[in-house]
Amino acid sequence: MTPLAGYLLVAALLFSIGLAGALTRRNAILVLIGIELMLNAANLNLIAFWRYGPHPEALTGMMFAIFSIAVAAAEAAVGLGLVIQIHRHAKTTDLDQMNRMKG
Amino acid sequence: MVEKLDQIFVLLQHWLVGYLPAGLQPLGGVVLGVVTIVLLFPALFALTTVFERKGLARIQNRLGPNRVGPFGLLQPIADGIKSLTKEDIVPLSADAAVHFLAPVVLVVTVFMGFAVIPMGRNMVLVDIDAGLLFYFAMGASAELSVFMAGWSSRNKYSLMGAMRAVAQMISYEVVLLLSSVTVVMMTGSLSLTKIIEAQNHYSWGLPHWFIFTPWGLAGFVMYAIAATAETNRSPFDLPEGESELVAGYHTEYSGFKFALFFLGEYLAMFSISGLGTTLFLGGWSAPLASLQWVPSWIWFFSKLMMSIFVFIWMRGTLPRLRQDQLMNFAWKFILPMCMLNLMVAALWHFMGGSWLRWVLCSAILIVAYAGMGFGGLRKKQIGPRRYRYAE
Amino acid sequence: MSIVFYILATLTIAGALAAVLLKNTVHCALALTVAFAGLAMLFLELDAQFAGLAQILVYIGAVAILVVFAILLTKGSETPKDGVFSRTWLAGLAIAAAVFAVLGWAVIQTANLLPNSAPTPTVTVQQIGQALVGRYVLPLEIVAVLLTAAMIGAVIIAMHEKDGAPK
Repeated sequence: MTPLAGYLLVAALLFSIGLAGALTRRNAILVLIGIELMLNAANLNLIAFWRYGPHPEALTGMMFAIFSIAVAAAEAAVGLGLVIQIHRHAKTTDLDQMNRMKG
Repeated sequence: MVEKLDQIFVLLQHWLVGYLPAGLQPLGGVVLGVVTIVLLFPALFALTTVFERKGLARIQNRLGPNRVGPFGLLQPIADGIKSLTKEDIVPLSADAAVHFLAPVVLVVTVFMGFAVIPMGRNMVLVDIDAGLLFYFAMGASAELSVFMAGWSSRNKYSLMGAMRAVAQMISYEVVLLLSSVTVVMMTGSLSLTKIIEAQNHYSWGLPHWFIFTPWGLAGFVMYAIAATAETNRSPFDLPEGESELVAGYHTEYSGFKFALFFLGEYLAMFSISGLGTTLFLGGWSAPLASLQWVPSWIWFFSKLMMSIFVFIWMRGTLPRLRQDQLMNFAWKFILPMCMLNLMVAALWHFMGGSWLRWVLCSAILIVAYAGMGFGGLRKKQIGPRRYRYAE
Repeated sequence: MSIVFYILATLTIAGALAAVLLKNTVHCALALTVAFAGLAMLFLELDAQFAGLAQILVYIGAVAILVVFAILLTKGSETPKDGVFSRTWLAGLAIAAAVFAVLGWAVIQTANLLPNSAPTPTVTVQQIGQALVGRYVLPLEIVAVLLTAAMIGAVIIAMHEKDGAPK
């Protein structure tokens, strides 16, 4: 097993753990935590391919990962703002109770 | 002879590491450096506690500790024995794991910050290419430990103190980063050794430290303000204000854990002062070209102790800022000044070496400072206060 | 496949598992921080210095703090009475397992086509800076606009109503 395959397996495992967390937990914030884990797994994939790829001096993988980190931070901020506003409206963050379209 | 004295610690390290087998030598060198830092800075911390108490006391027209040893200099030993032998009380409903880990995380991240600061010529523990980024990454990690401490104590005062401390720290972290980015922009490198080398030139005997330029002076003042806010020192110490919040986020800590928080706060002060001297005051370079025979590490530590003295002086003199006042100050005043400073530094670089750039850059900064200061004062209405309650 | 990689991978996966399995939400957030730190160290192991340090600065220094603030502001530290996993947890778990199976199969099938080792790239921060304002200047400007929009948007979304009475 090559080192690159090891990193890819770790990234795949992290991605599925994040996906499982986003799909199975009740609290809206834990869904966001799962999404952050998925984004991080993708970043790990990017950096691993950059390192073991043919042209690491072109910096493509690293740039992609850095922009991904920035965008993920922005998305976390907006997502958490939304969760706070939902909590103010519905007095709960339990996603199982938010199964109606009526506000 | 002068070079030998300057490099005496490096030569000592090479000599000691020479006794190890060749495979272990890099590791041995690093371990020796780590052990030196772990022993030296807590010792400096012990000395600083005495200086702080004596200094504050003299500012407040009283004597300070003078019973334990000559001039109270052995007071840290008494304090150390006290904190080690006190009972370690953990509240019953506190979150035991997080409560234990909070001071550990704080001290670990603060010690990591010391790894990139050059304390003399060739005397940096690791010369990372992105050294400044590493330092700020460690500083950002320290904020989480403050929150962990406040939340795990299950105490409303602790939680409020922790939230205030974290809000203050993230606001002033932006200011800290922006004022350092100005220096990075002018030097073209994030490596702290290269930043010092860019300041290590002399013209007519005076050094090229960044603080002697208009943008450098403004940057240094803003860095100093942000550094006092980052380490929760007065006048920004509302999170641990003794008259409002008992002791803020370290209320429920006693004995050695409290000593670790205390140690962490002072070590953060040391490392941020060390970074400030590296960025703006030329690090280990001498103030005059004729004084270069004095070893570089003596210059670094004297500048560090002078910064600590200024911290103590500010603590004794200035009143505390209220939470909304300090947040307003950070976001509405210092942040625009920081961005203007960045542009003024770029203007300085592109105007070449004329005397006109001194006048123009200083004029821009002074006009902006006066304009924002007086403009902010005029809008302040001192009328009846509107309250917004939590729901 | 050095011992360092195994230790860091174990740390990261343990942190991620704790982040999705623990009952107390704040503990989940702190375990997420451990996962972020493990990932940052994996980046440093992969010679991506700038990305690893930026990961610590942005994720641990900002995103983790945002998450804990949001947990505190929404009273997330009280455990709900119906348990922490939703009613449809089995379907979610099955989907995640299927995704891992597909990805893992893809990696293992092609594992012998991947390079065994590659020369260490020497990337200085100066090269990254040159790339950012040279080849990647358009993404840089777009990310700047995006971050400004996200900041303003988050403030507007989470702001109290002007007349003081929430709807």
